[in-house]
Amino acid sequence: MAFELPPLPYEYGTLEPHVDSMTMQIHHTKHHQAYVNNLNAALDKFPELKDLGLVDINKAVGTDKLPTEAATVIRNNGGGHYNHTFFWKVMTNPSNTNGPSGAAKEAIEAAFGSVDEMKTKFNAAAAGRFGSGWAWLGVKSDGSLAITSTPNQDNPLMSGLPDAAAMVPILGLDVWEHAYYLKYQNRRPEYIAAWWNVVNWEQVSANYEAAKAGTVPL
Amino acid sequence: MALSMKVQASSLIAGQRRGRPVPGRRAMVTKAALELKAPPYPLDALEPHMSKQTLEFHWGKHHRAYVDNMNKQIAGTPLDGKSLEEIVLASWNGGNPTPVFNNAAQVWNHTFFWESMKANGGGAPTGKLAEAIARDFGSFDKFKEEFKTAGMTQFGSGWAWLNADKSGKLSISKSPNAVTPVVEGKTPILTVDVWEHAYYIDVQNRRPDYLTTFIEKLIDWDVVAQRYAAAQQ
Repeated sequence: MAFELPPLPYEYGTLEPHVDSMTMQIHHTKHHQAYVNNLNAALDKFPELKDLGLVDINKAVGTDKLPTEAATVIRNNGGGHYNHTFFWKVMTNPSNTNGPSGAAKEAIEAAFGSVDEMKTKFNAAAAGRFGSGWAWLGVKSDGSLAITSTPNQDNPLMSGLPDAAAMVPILGLDVWEHAYYLKYQNRRPEYIAAWWNVVNWEQVSANYEAAKAGTVPL
Repeated sequence: MALSMKVQASSLIAGQRRGRPVPGRRAMVTKAALELKAPPYPLDALEPHMSKQTLEFHWGKHHRAYVDNMNKQIAGTPLDGKSLEEIVLASWNGGNPTPVFNNAAQVWNHTFFWESMKANGGGAPTGKLAEAIARDFGSFDKFKEEFKTAGMTQFGSGWAWLNADKSGKLSISKSPNAVTPVVEGKTPILTVDVWEHAYYIDVQNRRPDYLTTFIEKLIDWDVVAQRYAAAQQ
């Protein structure tokens, strides 16, 4: 069975004015769709990998579970498909969102001192990722939260990669220029600051619970 | 005056220098801050193939920021007062680049990129360069295809390059982020920026269309030919 582009949980314009409608439309129907198409094309040659599922495909990146000739295309497009599927869900209508709560909030405060300090670190990771990539808040193997950034379409599930900061992501931000250029152009810090207005903290909490239970949110 | 280097391709981008005080350092003037060099044409000259708006952001914001950030990083350090080429090579640090590298190399790359284009560009090379392209790629069409493929397959941000060695042999390469073939001892003679900021205003996700337009309408083959000749000096 082939992977499919998941629908957005909201309309293209729902995240306005923080993330513009045109960006959401192109980001979803062109960029994410291309990752899905390219992943399917790559897996057509290795159908047994399709049975792994998207999360395990990502975990297999950097290990010998992936055939050498497909390793890069799977890393790039399997990563792209997971990352974007995850990303749409950690955003929501800006009028919906109330900030972190419950166990996730406690974990954030335990790891960073406060939600604001977590955001400061996250902003630095997002702004400091040179070139294309993502910033992540995730759960490490010892259960604590950490922040990292990854290049291109890598993600912290890809524990097989050298320099991997292995974590289960609970929040992520796309800082590829395609995620913000139409509205913010070079002003990536402004995009990052605006994006906090659309973070879906309920989903973040759900992701945190899943990670603590030993599963990977998708 | 910036020192001219063995990398002949850099001879066009010496830039200008001015001294200015470093904040917080009493009565000390830096050797010089490197300046943002303007493209050799007005910002609307490449329309309709590359918009004025793109140039305003790409040169006026992105390239300018690389210059400003590099100058801040090197102020009062041993790199202060060196030529851009020296700063690029030194900060590459044998493949373990320092934080200066991303900014310095991007300063170099972008000037090289502006100077690779002109209004009413494109068309085809002539003379020795055309012969070398036919020899090393099979035909001009095959060169264009291969150069476009390099640009398309550089995943994420980066650049595609046409390089010449001292014997005149040509090769195509691609590089991620700020990396440049200069640090591998190669001599580029043409580049195209494939960071999304280079094309997103004009064609959004359609990088292949951007590359086709660059190849067909923008390349300054006279400059490329000059660089090609210089590479063999």
